[in-house]
Amino acid sequence: MSWETVIGLEIHVQLATQSKIFSGSAIKFGAEPNTQASLVDLGMPGVLPVLNEDAIKKAITFGTAIDAKINQKSVFARKNYFYPDLPKGYQISQLDLPIVDKGHLDITLEDGSVKRIGVTRAHLEEDAGKSLHEDYHGMTGIDLNRAGTPLLEIVSEPDMRSAEEAIAYVKTIHSLVQYLDISDGNMAEGSMRCDINISMRPKGQEEYGTRTETKNVNSFRFIEKVIRGEVIRQIDELEAGNKIHQETRLYDSVKDETRPMRSKEEANDYRYFPDPNLLPVITTDEYIQTIRESLPELPGQKIERFQKEYELKEYDARVLAASKAVANYFETVVTTSGAKAKLAANWVTSELLGALNKAGTDIQHSPVSAEHLGELLQRITDNTISGKIAKTVFEAMWNGEGSADDIIEAKDLKQETDSGAIEALVDEVIANNPAQVEQFLAADENKRKKLVGFFVGQIMKASKGKANPQQVNQLLTQKLK
Amino acid sequence: MALDKSEVKDIAHLARIAIDEDKIPEYASSLSSILDLVEQLQSADTDNIEPMAHPLDATQRLREDAVTESNHREEYQSIAPATEDGLYLVPKVID
Repeated sequence: MSWETVIGLEIHVQLATQSKIFSGSAIKFGAEPNTQASLVDLGMPGVLPVLNEDAIKKAITFGTAIDAKINQKSVFARKNYFYPDLPKGYQISQLDLPIVDKGHLDITLEDGSVKRIGVTRAHLEEDAGKSLHEDYHGMTGIDLNRAGTPLLEIVSEPDMRSAEEAIAYVKTIHSLVQYLDISDGNMAEGSMRCDINISMRPKGQEEYGTRTETKNVNSFRFIEKVIRGEVIRQIDELEAGNKIHQETRLYDSVKDETRPMRSKEEANDYRYFPDPNLLPVITTDEYIQTIRESLPELPGQKIERFQKEYELKEYDARVLAASKAVANYFETVVTTSGAKAKLAANWVTSELLGALNKAGTDIQHSPVSAEHLGELLQRITDNTISGKIAKTVFEAMWNGEGSADDIIEAKDLKQETDSGAIEALVDEVIANNPAQVEQFLAADENKRKKLVGFFVGQIMKASKGKANPQQVNQLLTQKLK
Repeated sequence: MALDKSEVKDIAHLARIAIDEDKIPEYASSLSSILDLVEQLQSADTDNIEPMAHPLDATQRLREDAVTESNHREEYQSIAPATEDGLYLVPKVID
């Protein structure tokens, strides 16, 4: 039988506020344990939550960016469960009337096709603390720094049909929240975590199959692995005539497999009720309108602008606009270099992103700043160096050997443009290779091209790559007649 | 609505309350009468009534996003039964 995969995602995005959602504690990553845990975060008796305005604002910003309905009356609820990293015994979340109601998001797949994914809702909630199960004499250590960190949980419709679509959706959200400046999107630090709902159904059937939910997956690679693994597992079960159990699963990245959570870990009876400590949140039309009007340029708009303003191909515009950091980097390179945008685009998409990729780092941690890359491209544009030498200079810049000008100077890489000096080199190479000159004179058009390549190669070698290639070509054609 | 023994045990477990086995029938009957009352409430016609999240006719006040708390870990941990490396220690939660 042929099966269709159905995927829905719940993405938890950590909002980049200064303080927690219900207390004035800081939320800096990497602080000493429990140094950012106040009495509210510790769940002490008698304390009251006071809602952070910026969390509301950031949630609405997201809502307006995905064309969602904003619930102007929104209510917080208690989700009850016992776990020591949740000292109150409940998580403040939202059930009915989440701040962001139905919206949608367009994703672009690798073949360039666009698919619209529905967003069911996005609600605000507080994060829990962290449990450390390493050996504390048979006890568990609790760090409540993260408790109370504002999260926006974005729930999608079951609209995705493959791992590729799911990844494209997560990447679109990841890029969008950074564009909107509502989250740093740092997945390694847990700023984005994903619960993946997967079910299978026979192709053509309308009714959904029974789904499983794999919780807390925190990298693009793991999301893909979980989906591929779970799809195979479910098809195997179904084809063996077994039923899929609706259950929560955990991903073990070491073994690269999911396993069902023990029923003890699964406390699905949350007994939600409205939090009596928090009144309904009312937002006015003006408030939402102000947020809508101050939305920054979004990825789609940027892609269009890059094509128009810089005459880039759609593909290049897409690669550059995929992340706000890359887009900003590119535009800084264009402004500082004064080079053609196409040249800047090539350098950013291939040399820079290639090097970052290879080093396993991202553009925020690039050893070569946009300004410095701009200076390098300026030297190509003003003919100080050739594009080929520029790659050598870039490598040196990457290794921290200084600015483009410093390196060109120190390594004596300036392009030779003195026609006298180049002519001498050309003459020398012609004189040293009489056999090839013979061949050249006897050859037809096609063969000649090959031989010209040989001569250019020799001359460039003799000049240590510094001769201006256009001038070499020109002189060579004159001399080989 | 009458609760049975295992339902009472489940509710006790969710609330993390230890109960005596021989008290279960008594709890079952008390809890059942609460549920009966809720059932009676359920029968009221609420079609045109907006759900009320809060009895006060007021809206949530919002706080400016600023860090106002400083680190008082030492004072807070001085009343904790067990701490180490800045962590609160609790009985092991996974086996």
